[in-house]
Amino acid sequence: MKQRLGMLLAAAALTASFAVHAQQPAKKAPPPAKAAAPANKSEVSKEFEKFREVLEEDNPAELFEAKGEDIWKNKKGPNGASMAQCDLGLGAGVVKGAYVHMPRYFADVGQVMDAERRVVHCMIKYLGYDEADIRKQPFSNVNKTPDHVSVITYVAAQSRNMKIAAPQRHPKEIEAYNIGKEIFAYRAGPYDFSCASCHGEDGKRIRTQDLPNLRKPGEAIRAYQGWPGYRMTGGFMLTQQWRMNDCFRQQRFPEPNYLSDSITALLAYMTVTANGQTYKGPGIKR
Amino acid sequence: MNRKIIAGLAATLACSAVLADDIRNYRAEAVAMMKRDFKAKGIATTDRLHEDGVQAICNRSGDNPPKDVAARLEKDQLEAIKYPADGKLMGDWKAGEKLAQSGRGMTWSDKAGVPGGGNCYNCHQISPTEMSFGTIGPSLYQFGKTRGNTPDMQKYVYGKIWNAKAFNLCSAMPRFGHVNALNEQQIKNLVALLLDPQSPVNSK
Repeated sequence: MKQRLGMLLAAAALTASFAVHAQQPAKKAPPPAKAAAPANKSEVSKEFEKFREVLEEDNPAELFEAKGEDIWKNKKGPNGASMAQCDLGLGAGVVKGAYVHMPRYFADVGQVMDAERRVVHCMIKYLGYDEADIRKQPFSNVNKTPDHVSVITYVAAQSRNMKIAAPQRHPKEIEAYNIGKEIFAYRAGPYDFSCASCHGEDGKRIRTQDLPNLRKPGEAIRAYQGWPGYRMTGGFMLTQQWRMNDCFRQQRFPEPNYLSDSITALLAYMTVTANGQTYKGPGIKR
Repeated sequence: MNRKIIAGLAATLACSAVLADDIRNYRAEAVAMMKRDFKAKGIATTDRLHEDGVQAICNRSGDNPPKDVAARLEKDQLEAIKYPADGKLMGDWKAGEKLAQSGRGMTWSDKAGVPGGGNCYNCHQISPTEMSFGTIGPSLYQFGKTRGNTPDMQKYVYGKIWNAKAFNLCSAMPRFGHVNALNEQQIKNLVALLLDPQSPVNSK
């Protein structure tokens, strides 16, 4: 027990020193992830990044943000309840900064939830959304961006420019992190892939796509940054849950259930690794 | 005397009980959780979540198994490689290049019975004309130029594509022949892409 406490304290000290370190660079300093990018990074990829920076100043994600805000503030459920009752971890109805403090333990449900899971939970509980309907189409496509995706976009935007600070206090939060870390490393399936097959080393690429090493604090931010993201080809919003789903597809795994413990654990691992970094808000994708 | 031993044993047991509670097997918990949370979709069935022997050793050793264990398992994998009955190991490099470009195969959005792609450019530099290549694996440009295409070299390349784990147990590379992701003719074509003197891989 003492040993464990010591390790926790050491981890906390490490996180704290990292957070201090993260505050030091000047505002416009490039993130460490970019510094680690391979020298022979393709021109196309560089050009796209420039393009993306310009677009992010005026990101169509704001349209979904506005729709989500409207649902959050004005929609009433069948029992007259609204999202004002929804506690995202910082108190009932508090949205500001909540996104970067999840995944976290929620006593009312006795489990750890990531942001998307919590938002959906509230929309079912307070606004009377039908869980089966949400599960029928959890992710956006060309025809439809579901309401919960807009609400998540709004909630995420309310943490823009805030430091990621997923808590590791409750035993269930520590458990989620540790299980997520194992899921990240677990090789299986016909191609023997794990998350780490693509995201466990520095400076690697698939084709021209740079791969962040998500085990490292300075790079784990890249799994978090830009989500939810506006996808230009199609014009809809995609969330972190979608990204995890598509990673497992490419990993040649079966499909994870939407909002499952496994995905929450994986997000807990990656978010805690990114703790101390600044979230820039909903992003934009090709 | 007996009492002392019993007392000692009891203390040890109590100690290990505390340890068992404290140091949890998160890997086992993670696997159990995934088996609860993942469902079959298309060709991606849930049996894919089970580790085979090689995966189990690599997962438990952080891809760094004890040398003797690795050597034993590599030998098993090597012995299971099926070489073509006609003895010919080199196919058509042009078909190989096409195959190397394709990243399809084995996902839940791929159809059953449709042959997958080689996924080669995802991770390797190969032909000098293809600039969009990954860097997870080593560059294969000039592969045959520097190594020649002797029968032994052909056999090695065929075997490596069929089952990379026969040569490096926890290699990042999939076991394309071993898991039926690529068939015999496809692998022959990829061997030709790397070893045929006419292949752009070996140009100049």
